[in-house]
Amino acid sequence: MEKVLVNNNFKSEEYFINMGPQHPATHGVLRLLLTIDGEIIKKVEPDLGYIHRSIEKMSERDSYQQIVHLTDRMDYLSSHINNEAVCLTVENALQLEIPDRIKVIRTIIGELTRIASHTLWWGVMGMDVGALTTYFYGFRDREMINDIFEETCGARLTMNYNIPGGLMFDIHPNFVKRTKEFITHFRTKLPEYDRLLTGNVIFQKRMKGVGMLSKEDAISFGASGPVGRGSGYSCDVRKHHPYSALDKVTFKEILKTEGDSFARYQVRIEEMWESMSIIEQLIDNIPEGDHQVTTNAVIKLPKGEFYQKVETARGELGVYVISTGTKNPYRIKFRSPGFSNLSLLNHIAVGGKIGDLVASMATLDLVIPDIDR
Amino acid sequence: MNTMNIALNITQTIQDLLVGMMPESVASIVTMVVIALIYLIIFAVAGLYLVLLERKVAAWFQLRIGPNRVGYWGLLQTMADALKLVSKELTGTVKADKFLYNLAPYFVIVTSLMALAVFPFTQEFQAFDINIGIFFLIAISSIGVIGILLGGWSSNNKFALIGAMRSGVQTISYELSIGLSLLTMVLITGSLQLSEIVEVQKSGWLIVQGHIPAVIAFMIYMIAGTAETNRAPFDLVEAESELGAGFHTEYSGMKFAYFFLAEFINMFIIAAIATTIFFGGWLSPFGITDSIPWLGIFWFLGKTLVLVFLMMWFRWTFPRLRIDQLLTLEWKYLLPINLVNIVIMAIIVWLNLTIKF
Amino acid sequence: MTNEALQNLISSWIPELEFSEEASQFINITVQPEQLYQLMLKLKTNNDTYFDYLFCLSGVDWEPELGVVYHLESTKHRHIVVVKVKTSDRENPTLDSVCDIWKTAEFHEREVFDFFGIKFNNHPNLKRLFLTDEWEGFPLRKDYVDEINMVIK
Repeated sequence: MEKVLVNNNFKSEEYFINMGPQHPATHGVLRLLLTIDGEIIKKVEPDLGYIHRSIEKMSERDSYQQIVHLTDRMDYLSSHINNEAVCLTVENALQLEIPDRIKVIRTIIGELTRIASHTLWWGVMGMDVGALTTYFYGFRDREMINDIFEETCGARLTMNYNIPGGLMFDIHPNFVKRTKEFITHFRTKLPEYDRLLTGNVIFQKRMKGVGMLSKEDAISFGASGPVGRGSGYSCDVRKHHPYSALDKVTFKEILKTEGDSFARYQVRIEEMWESMSIIEQLIDNIPEGDHQVTTNAVIKLPKGEFYQKVETARGELGVYVISTGTKNPYRIKFRSPGFSNLSLLNHIAVGGKIGDLVASMATLDLVIPDIDR
Repeated sequence: MNTMNIALNITQTIQDLLVGMMPESVASIVTMVVIALIYLIIFAVAGLYLVLLERKVAAWFQLRIGPNRVGYWGLLQTMADALKLVSKELTGTVKADKFLYNLAPYFVIVTSLMALAVFPFTQEFQAFDINIGIFFLIAISSIGVIGILLGGWSSNNKFALIGAMRSGVQTISYELSIGLSLLTMVLITGSLQLSEIVEVQKSGWLIVQGHIPAVIAFMIYMIAGTAETNRAPFDLVEAESELGAGFHTEYSGMKFAYFFLAEFINMFIIAAIATTIFFGGWLSPFGITDSIPWLGIFWFLGKTLVLVFLMMWFRWTFPRLRIDQLLTLEWKYLLPINLVNIVIMAIIVWLNLTIKF
Repeated sequence: MTNEALQNLISSWIPELEFSEEASQFINITVQPEQLYQLMLKLKTNNDTYFDYLFCLSGVDWEPELGVVYHLESTKHRHIVVVKVKTSDRENPTLDSVCDIWKTAEFHEREVFDFFGIKFNNHPNLKRLFLTDEWEGFPLRKDYVDEINMVIK
């Protein structure tokens, strides 16, 4: 059956173009309906649902350990942090006492995941604006992190290493050594990234003044993560509602006030430096202890509502569980950061050019499975 | 020595050979056909190996190796690709204007071939030594734009049309800069004929003779030349992450190969013009091997390939410019600098301040 | 502000609200659909509460009612409050939209409409978000039946 999409605000001198769902710049299956006038964009309407897998409905008949497995596939670039969110919700609801070793290891792997996600973002960002070599440099560093994960957790991308009650296995003996090697290697590479892309005049011309987002708009649209921090909105969940071992480390929250794409870019680059400093503070002093706290095989949360916020690489992920005391949640809702970040695309892209849309979308760092769930 | 000298002036040699066998007019026509075939072969081989060079250079920049399975060091890779392209189905859109759609690739190929014919690869190895050499080259590159516009228009595809329009605007704007920077150098040589220009450089390469304005002219020429051939950082037209593949979205198989090859040959032509005008053509530095004329081919190719490598280096390092930034660069920056440069060069030539050896 | 103080302040605006803190980390306010918009506007604009960050908008099927849960946070005072609203009309549930108060609500309300069927008044673009436009039924309701796509354990 042919489906015809009619845009009711279509004026005769405007041009209606479809970007996606298969498109090299939309980072996943996102379809954008653009109404353009020459080169200027008049309206951007995202069309979602191409990778909707009804995770929320599926979770209503799954046990909590199975739900952890599903969250890997939401924002697959920060899969460990997604798992951590659900595990923390369950552990806080059951009021389990988690030993320090587990917390520290979760934080270290979470920060490594953040660095891996940001290097991939950097590589793809360069590719979107035309510097095709950055993709390979970003992936070279990400491969090192993936190898560390593979040794410890068993998988490179969807790690599924957290369980409610701790970690599935203890860390591999090589973990500490390899992480330290990686940090030493990466400290020499980040300045290289700056020389290649950040300091480039062409790149700065493409990014500065493009996709402006004011602080009030950022808060109103619910922007979080680097998108919010690039506009001066202090929204780092690691600072305001710390979890795991994050209250024991000192790190800066990176805030920029300009609100353009270049500010968001710089926030992510500097976040990588901060993540490395967090890992360095923790890696030498991993406390001894168990890697798991025993829970029942069938976890039943007490009756009530529970909310847990974590900071993924994209922003604030929220897990909202309504439980009636049975072994499945009555309702589970994942507040994904990409969903709110995508809603501001229309706001920042209108009035700019198509090239600006691509650049702004790259700085929003959208991962579509995170939005579609 | 004698035989080698005669062999280089190919047009004359072949003509003389044939005059003995058939009447004059037929001999000249057959000569023309033979020369055209030779250049077509040079064009095809050069195109193929330039594509391979690009892939290898890109790979080395990106920490990879590049094609190395097909033939030793990947030398037969493009041959395999060409065979694949030849065997592909020639698709076309339903409402495409058939005649223009088929005609468009030929425009770009023919103009590239014509430009290739006037270069002095070495002393007397030149198919067509016209006395308005540079003017001829610039005029030919203007004809190439028609091919791009026709390709985009006749595909009956919104994206292709947008891509073709952008490309047309870009090419027409940057031709101005190319013309003016070449004009700057002509002020020193006093002649448009390419072999004369190389002769003048026997007393020092033009980039050295003209010192400051020549260096500025060279830099403007390289920027404008990269933009002229739609290479990065000016490749908005073919930007994959923006809107499909630009004006050649609807082409496949051999016709796509024509556009693709023509882009590489254009790159070679821009580099070759720069070599001839700025870097002494086939002359060796300080005249060390000038007594062996056929070595001139290697000097010419070597210098051209260095400039081609420079253009490839640009492509894999810099991000892309937006269309309005591209046009601002040309009209607000390069053009005024160029005009001022011409005046400076004129003053230097008038006051005899050029460096001669 | 503490939960006590918040409760006192908010109940002074609209008397018929229910407050509860059991079984939840934050203070929950249950409001009637008619007073929803008024309460939300006051929560955002009042300087002492100043809830400018709506960080979660979820639809819930409390059998037999349908409802929406709003999680609000203030970036100035850093306190969190939860507002719940329920409507017992399952055929044609309608609530007021809060799009003009918080711009993030636009997408979230479309998602709730898509999965629960709750319509929002004054919404600029209320149509399905994830599912195709011709989809029948509202999947996240508890009485949703789909022979082909759903696997019941």
